[in-house]
Amino acid sequence: MANLATKIASLKLDNPTILASGLMDEDAGSMKRIIDCGAGAVVTKSIGLKSRDGYPNPTVIELETGFLNAMGLPNPGIKDFEEEVKKIKQSNCVLIGSVFGSNSKEFLELGSEMQSFGADALELNMSCPHAKGYGVEIGSDSKLVKEITSCVKDSIDIPVFVKLSSNVTDIKKIAMAAEKGNADGIVAINTVKAMKIDIDIKAPILANRYGGYSGKAIKPIGVRCVFEIAESLDIPIIGVGGITTGEDALEYVMAGASAVQIGTGIYYREIDIFNKVCQEMNMWMNDNNIKKISELIGVAHK
Amino acid sequence: MNKPTITKIIKTQMETKDIKTLKFYYPGKMSPGQFFMIWIPGVDEIPMSASYINKEDKGITFKKVGAATSALFKMNKGDKIGVRGPYGNGFNIKRGKTLFIGGGTGIATITVAVEFAANKKFSSDVIIGVKNKKELFFENRLKKFINKVYVSTDDGSKGYKGFASDLTKHLLSKNKYTSVLTCGPEIMMKQILSACKDTQFQASIERYMKCSVGLCGQCCLGNGLRVCKEGPVFDGKTLKKIPEFGVYKRDASGRKIKFK
Repeated sequence: MANLATKIASLKLDNPTILASGLMDEDAGSMKRIIDCGAGAVVTKSIGLKSRDGYPNPTVIELETGFLNAMGLPNPGIKDFEEEVKKIKQSNCVLIGSVFGSNSKEFLELGSEMQSFGADALELNMSCPHAKGYGVEIGSDSKLVKEITSCVKDSIDIPVFVKLSSNVTDIKKIAMAAEKGNADGIVAINTVKAMKIDIDIKAPILANRYGGYSGKAIKPIGVRCVFEIAESLDIPIIGVGGITTGEDALEYVMAGASAVQIGTGIYYREIDIFNKVCQEMNMWMNDNNIKKISELIGVAHK
Repeated sequence: MNKPTITKIIKTQMETKDIKTLKFYYPGKMSPGQFFMIWIPGVDEIPMSASYINKEDKGITFKKVGAATSALFKMNKGDKIGVRGPYGNGFNIKRGKTLFIGGGTGIATITVAVEFAANKKFSSDVIIGVKNKKELFFENRLKKFINKVYVSTDDGSKGYKGFASDLTKHLLSKNKYTSVLTCGPEIMMKQILSACKDTQFQASIERYMKCSVGLCGQCCLGNGLRVCKEGPVFDGKTLKKIPEFGVYKRDASGRKIKFK
């Protein structure tokens, strides 16, 4: 049995699979089910200061090689989310609280609340591709990324990760800005901005018209981003985008990721995908005589 | 592929002043209790159980309540809608005597289940409950499959005066049923569940939905049970373990909304 335990900054995980933000993470019960399915940690839905309904449906559709979604950051607001965090933290799990804001003040307020509720780490969402005033609109400005990250880091004790988008000219530059702001890790990548038009209706299907593409199709983009970031940064990276198998996860690890996040893969391999991916990683590692996952992090750079 | 297929409405029928049926071309098999995501381009996409299941076409029956159902209500023969599905697990309709209970627009889902049982020559009784007789629909359709259709109205304007759940309790004390299958207001279904001691129970649950394929988590109950995937029909054993059943649902933002 290979050792799958991993560390991201001070955060210790039994295995490197993490539930990505935005799926099965609106309530404690759903997150509990994901933990029971073998995830090493879960990231909450991205939470803002006030409740938001998000966009009308259609918000999610399947395409040939992935899913397109534009939820519009629906969330109950940080106050109402307290009981969900407290409830899930009653079981012994690693919880990463995802938050989105429009400026450093909002990020800090949300981060402080998440920390006080009991979150083990923070994920700053600077990468949602389809919400006005939030997400990648902030995460494509390296000055803002540095400012927000350092503002949150100055007052927060738990590790702070910054989730980035591939929808920028140079993701390395943005990641370096987060590192300069003292981020404890980078999460890459969020969904890729995309669109689907129905030719009978002659209009985009998603109510928001634009969405973010996830699933198998974006894996090569994610792997490339992680590889590029790993070349220039010293802080740990969490790889995300299109992971459905242990082999996919290993690709990300070899590109430089210390852990991986899984989201859309739940559709392709059911909810116990976390156990399946771990088993497959373990099998490959045994076959290749690798004892610890840390031996593989970033090996593709040699 | 889980994206809407554009299809044309082939027939419409008015059931009451504000309840309407739309039938559309959509070939394929499905079971009673399964649902579609119905897309009204430019308005919304909403989950809706089938009220008619034929080989080539399907039907939905709904009440005009919000933006989506109001837009659907205005639609006529020849208009286009987007359909994806069928999704979820429908009712498990077995041999033996079944008591079906439909409350409000839940009558639509229950009627197609009764039709399925009748086609299999399974024995069944049915209760349809509404607030006032003006809201009653599908009574005549049900009478084609079943001799006696029990009607309850809250105000006593027709049939049994009172709630469908009270009439259910009465029938359960009088007759022996193998199972009870229900669709309607959650408080009604919860009361029926507590009245079913040894009788097997199944209920169709409604929640706000987004993806409908088990990904987004919007419709989750209890410990991550997805109404779109593990449901929408759940058995009594499962529902008894879900503390929020009959107590609250969540709105689009994820906030809790108590049932009244």
